[in-house]
Amino acid sequence: MAANHHAPAPVGGNLFNAATFICGVLIAIMLAILAVRFVHGLGAVTNLNDGYPWGIWVVVDVVIGSAFACGGFSVAMLVYIFNKGQYHPLVRPALLASLFGYTLAGVGVIFDLGRWWNFWHIFAPGYANPNSVMFEVAVCISAYIVVMWLEFSPAFFEKWGMKDAKQKLNKVLFFLVALGTVLPMMHQSSLGTLIVVMGVQINPLWQTNLIPLLFLLTAIVIGYGVVLFESCVAASAYRRKIETHLLEPMAKVMLGMLAVFLIVRFGDLLVRGALGHAFKGNVVALAFWVEMLCFIAPFALIASAESRRSPQKLFLAGVAIMLGGIFMRLNAFLIGYDTGVGVDTGWRYFPSVPELMVTIGMFALEVLGYIIITRRFPVLPREDVQVAH
Amino acid sequence: MSDRRNFLKGVVAASGAAVAAAALPTPAEARETKQRPPEALGLLYDAALCVGCKACVAACKQANDNPPEFSTPDQLWDTPLDTSGRTFNLIKMYRSGTMETKDAAENGYAFMKTSCMHCADPSCVSACPVSAMTKDPKTGIVEYNADACIGCRYCVAACPFGIPKYQYDSPTGKIGKCELCRHRYKDGHYSACAEVCPTGATLYGKTSDLLAEAKRRLALKPGTVATFPRGNISGGPDQSYENVVGNYIQHVYGEKEYGGTQVLKLSAVPFEKMGMPNLPPEAAAAHSESIQHMLYGGLVMPLAVLGAMTYVAKRNIKPEDDDQQGGH
Repeated sequence: MAANHHAPAPVGGNLFNAATFICGVLIAIMLAILAVRFVHGLGAVTNLNDGYPWGIWVVVDVVIGSAFACGGFSVAMLVYIFNKGQYHPLVRPALLASLFGYTLAGVGVIFDLGRWWNFWHIFAPGYANPNSVMFEVAVCISAYIVVMWLEFSPAFFEKWGMKDAKQKLNKVLFFLVALGTVLPMMHQSSLGTLIVVMGVQINPLWQTNLIPLLFLLTAIVIGYGVVLFESCVAASAYRRKIETHLLEPMAKVMLGMLAVFLIVRFGDLLVRGALGHAFKGNVVALAFWVEMLCFIAPFALIASAESRRSPQKLFLAGVAIMLGGIFMRLNAFLIGYDTGVGVDTGWRYFPSVPELMVTIGMFALEVLGYIIITRRFPVLPREDVQVAH
Repeated sequence: MSDRRNFLKGVVAASGAAVAAAALPTPAEARETKQRPPEALGLLYDAALCVGCKACVAACKQANDNPPEFSTPDQLWDTPLDTSGRTFNLIKMYRSGTMETKDAAENGYAFMKTSCMHCADPSCVSACPVSAMTKDPKTGIVEYNADACIGCRYCVAACPFGIPKYQYDSPTGKIGKCELCRHRYKDGHYSACAEVCPTGATLYGKTSDLLAEAKRRLALKPGTVATFPRGNISGGPDQSYENVVGNYIQHVYGEKEYGGTQVLKLSAVPFEKMGMPNLPPEAAAAHSESIQHMLYGGLVMPLAVLGAMTYVAKRNIKPEDDDQQGGH
């Protein structure tokens, strides 16, 4: 195989610009809101209630946020497990985004925990309940965050010239890669299993024993969708050449996985006889079809090899996949969730402005971190035209 | 050639792992719905006997040291509209049309007690990641330990009865729910709601005794006069009295729902209209734990997948080449 790609290098450039300034302001607003939350309780800043005990801090920041952070997992699997070395230049940028997504999802959980000072109980043998799906999710995500920092550490070692450390790490890289494949498989599926214990409160369009498989398949597909999205955004923001020769075949892999997902999804609905709920003419049914349209849209956008070479279409397909992932998780956890199974009515939830600002602030923190690290550390492939430093 | 072979091997290993990691639980490994322990304690609530005096609501507040909650502008007395982190027991009212007749589904009214059902196989206990919600193996009481709780509110989301509730107005908010007054047993007391109930509409005792009593009532002729116990059916002084037999729906709510609950209910108005959900005999906790045990039991599956992945990754990664970024 021809070595047609370049080693990663820092992008360079100023860290103080409009984008980083806006991120800084959003982060400051988030910190102020969090101060109120920790002094006065969850009710002071959120619209959470006993009908909807989980809001966007759980469903968006953790469930959706971690799925969006599956780029590292999806690309690493392609490169190291399926031995498709040509995608190697995509690994570090994808891993970096995953690193931030997961680390912040892990930190974000603390904001939502009503009794956060006890959070370590989840890892303590006397307290931990292995029957709980959330226990599995928490342990697995924590382990994965550590594994990802280790996987990414060569970027730091290179920057600081720590050759020995890098070599030592390279010797065990294969094991880290294996762990980095298995752990997301475990918790991305378990994030779906979280709703099983909620039983009949979840609409049958999402309440199925196959939900772990559906969440896992979409997490992988979303991983590729996010890479498409990020590659296009990074190329445009840093005025770099877009890696179409890599994104085109990767998008094909993504479509394949997406097709598998859609077959399982509709097969399950048909076998369980649950498809009728999709034709009930209510908000839940509408939300189901929006979710489905987002997942079907990429076939209309990038079915042909020619269309997969169009950055615009790749970008749109990535966005469609991400929207599908958002809707599937919002639907399963919030829109398709009926507190008290239709007999305990009157519960409503829509996030408050402060709640939204915290979620936006967390996203700003991810973007800021991504900018700082890509400008200062070797992450993105070196560009011949624009030499760093 | 070798690249292609490796690729295929990778595909096979990874697909096998992915399928295995997400496969369905097989019936052989499924965790059965748990049943009530033989000495299980509970309540029998008889909507036909309830006169809606709410003495049980006040007694519950007192026994659990909970403050009043207000829903009226003048804030004169405790008027919660639903159970909450500080209201563990509530009498709700069913209203229809002209509300002329008690216990009539049409143009009638009826009362329904809302409090923890103490499920045989509780969703909240299965959901809790830190064993803050536990089920006592002997009494079957579903107990809450605030010192263990991380406040994740998975129990709140999981319960089909909407029972565990969180105190959102406090920076150190706890979960609040009925624990059958277990903290009063050592003083010779039992559930305060049953202690104070003037009509025996809320009766305390072993669930087995309560179930027998419920079935006795269903067998009585509606409209006739019969004897009804009050207080504690499984011990204590006889406080029984005579009252008119209600026109019951022939269903003991809680006998089979989700594997059974320790709090049982009788009603003349259909249970779904009274706010009691229609639940299958299999507990959601059993489904959830079947999936978890199938996937993670003994860590067999994760370790097998990890082994396969390690093997494939080791073949595909050559550390010495990494300075040239993957060496491809």
